[in-house]
Amino acid sequence: MDLFAKLGRAALDMFRTVGCAGIIVWRALLSFRRLGRSFGLIFEQMQRFGVDSLPLVVITSIFTGAVAAVQVSYQLKEYLPKAYLGTAIFKSVVIELGPVLTALVVGGRVGASIAAELGTMRVTEQIDAMEAMAIDPHRYLVMPRILAGLIMLPALTVIADILAISGGFVVAGVALDVSSKVFVDGMKTLFYAGDVLGGLIKACAFGGIIALMGCTAGLRAQGGAVGVGQAATRAVVTSCVLILIGDYILTTLIYGIIFS
Amino acid sequence: MTDARTRSHGSFIHVDDLHKSFGDNEVLRGITFDVFEGETLVILGASGCGKSVLLKHIIALMHPDSGRIDYRGENIFDMRPAELNEVRMKFGMVFQGAALFDSMTVGENVGLPAFEHWGTRGADLEALVEEKLSLVGLSGIAKLRPSEISGGMKKRVALARAIALDPDIILYDEPTTGLDPIMAEQINELIRDTQKELGATSIVVTHDLHSACFIGDRVALVEAGKIEFVGTTEELVDTDQEAVRNFIARGHANRDRPEPDFTCSF
Repeated sequence: MDLFAKLGRAALDMFRTVGCAGIIVWRALLSFRRLGRSFGLIFEQMQRFGVDSLPLVVITSIFTGAVAAVQVSYQLKEYLPKAYLGTAIFKSVVIELGPVLTALVVGGRVGASIAAELGTMRVTEQIDAMEAMAIDPHRYLVMPRILAGLIMLPALTVIADILAISGGFVVAGVALDVSSKVFVDGMKTLFYAGDVLGGLIKACAFGGIIALMGCTAGLRAQGGAVGVGQAATRAVVTSCVLILIGDYILTTLIYGIIFS
Repeated sequence: MTDARTRSHGSFIHVDDLHKSFGDNEVLRGITFDVFEGETLVILGASGCGKSVLLKHIIALMHPDSGRIDYRGENIFDMRPAELNEVRMKFGMVFQGAALFDSMTVGENVGLPAFEHWGTRGADLEALVEEKLSLVGLSGIAKLRPSEISGGMKKRVALARAIALDPDIILYDEPTTGLDPIMAEQINELIRDTQKELGATSIVVTHDLHSACFIGDRVALVEAGKIEFVGTTEELVDTDQEAVRNFIARGHANRDRPEPDFTCSF
């Protein structure tokens, strides 16, 4: 009985979160009418979402590329000539590793930060104060963050893609005995611009998910420091789960239907 | 006299049969009262009786289960968001914990409403911020952060922010809670002075009987989610109503209680 009650509560909470997220998206969309007065806020959030995440993305992506080179070389040594190492790294990075890993590490960092900030504002009545001043929190707080997510995650993904391929390139040259010409020729082989574009479309969606889940968890925070901590955890967990589910759906749509 | 003066201007906020529950906890059980233009109405009651919830309904930060609040004859809960924002711009609210935006400086906090609604920028905004800060006796602190000022100063900054748009009505949620007696007295005087200077209507939520008598023209006593008494401060002291007598007696009991000895607390 207790198990059913827990499951019921979890289901209700999930539906509430989905409902809240829907309302937040709708109200943020409505606030685009006052976009002209929000550029300062948007640029501030773009810096916090994108520029401040760069060190983490740089480290993650360089080593991701390096590991990808070693793994591809090891896994496929019996089946593929080394000429295709560049091809395999390039495709795996731009289609999957770049967008998804960047989204996961940025989601952990920025999603928690957004939820904690908005959650603190909620429990200390700062959001009530904003509404009392006739300032819409969805325009002032949510819309700039969602827009920053939509713009900055693809930008970070481009950087991550370049650095990951560079990491793979260096490891291929230094440790795997693949010359730079062979690696680059491999990248050119089977190059398809749709791969890069598809990866960036996914990154755009992931950026929106991270910002939206952070805002939803933050605005729903209740009950002081514990509530803020729970909001940060909820933001990271839900955005990571949604990124992985969304990755499957988008990959199927983009590469299975649109670019197939 | 005050009652006659305020009533002659007519009611411009009318709270009618307001009910609000949180789960099984019925916080407001049919609250009805009027607020008259130019008066200071104190909503008095013990902690947890629902008075802060009531104040949040007056500015539509919460929505009731039933009942209505009319501002100049229009139910604020039926208004479209744009209409509600127009009404909210006529209100200023001082929150219990001041609710200053801690990512901004004091000046940015005070200037935010004018920046957002009037498009005030640069030197004009600085002048407006300085004017409002000097009204609450805090000139020259615009560059400080909320974390760098005391609790009493935060309440004053919150009042400066609340009066930034020259509101018709100022709402105060427990303005003296958490302050030492001297600072509480200063805030009481500031509320009275601000009311005199701006002529704005004030609604003050407090549990402090002394504050209520000092700043209020009229008092509404809330007990267990209901209004038990509405009248002038003189009528409050003279009435025979049991709920009022009990509240006053509790207030005196608390006041007469000796200061706790904290020397061995740790």
